[in-house]
Amino acid sequence: MWKFLHKMASPPYFYKLAKTLAPWFAVPGILLIAYGSFAGLFVAPPDYQQGDAFRIIYVHVPAAYLSMMGYMIMAIAGGIGLIWRMKLAHAVAAAVAPLGAAFTFLALVTGSVWGKPIWGTWWEWGDPRLTSELILLFLYFGYMALRGSIDEVAKADKASAVLALVGAVNIPIIHFSVEWWSSLHQGATLLKTGGPAMDSAMLYPLLAMILGSSLLFGAQLLRRVRTEVLYRERRTRWVRNMILSPEAPA
Amino acid sequence: MDKLAMGGYAAYVWSCFALTFAIWFFNGWLARKRHRAVYRDIEVRIKAVEERL
Repeated sequence: MWKFLHKMASPPYFYKLAKTLAPWFAVPGILLIAYGSFAGLFVAPPDYQQGDAFRIIYVHVPAAYLSMMGYMIMAIAGGIGLIWRMKLAHAVAAAVAPLGAAFTFLALVTGSVWGKPIWGTWWEWGDPRLTSELILLFLYFGYMALRGSIDEVAKADKASAVLALVGAVNIPIIHFSVEWWSSLHQGATLLKTGGPAMDSAMLYPLLAMILGSSLLFGAQLLRRVRTEVLYRERRTRWVRNMILSPEAPA
Repeated sequence: MDKLAMGGYAAYVWSCFALTFAIWFFNGWLARKRHRAVYRDIEVRIKAVEERL
């Protein structure tokens, strides 16, 4: 196990492996998203209270899930980078931040668009789920701004990893906010005691969207980490050899 | 046609799906563009050094 992790942490090994792995994430991800979107839009029955507006769930829930998953990846990778001084972990943390920010933005916008017809408002400042998700977006922005403000990569890695770890406290707050405080936002539907509170005709497309989005997120993250590794290792011998080799892979 | 109208919620539902696919596409395009730019920049620098030697 340690031998495998040690091998994975090698930048040239990871650079090649990520290129091989990316299509294995992307293709099933795209297929699952295609199925989930079609079934969610046209096959699943309308909700008895929300009508067809509920179909926004098929893009909102995966976006919200990825926004938190992205932050957890960033915090864990930052922590690994700090503790074990693994350069690849810092590269993962740096690469996931823009993706996580994009899906946090998407979760906020789709939630707001869903809120207008159902709650009668685009936004409610007093709502704990909405404001904690907005704080998550600011944490991503803060993380990226901090990285961008420090020229030396090693220092930027350390400072941003500390910020990511401190900000991780917001993740359980987002998740449990609907249970801890009074909220306009509905409670847990999938991760509920006694099983998901959804009919299978609505549930399966949602699960396909969550799994497909996670796979495509993984594929896009692998591509971003490759770029980050390439940039960080630009002065190394293996990058030079790779670029000068006759079959130079991109 | 009734399906596309989404029971009167078409603007809300379709705008969310359109934004989602736009963000997926944009993320993919941006990642590809940045990778090519970084690769090309390193390639130019390395080849310039090689020519000088």
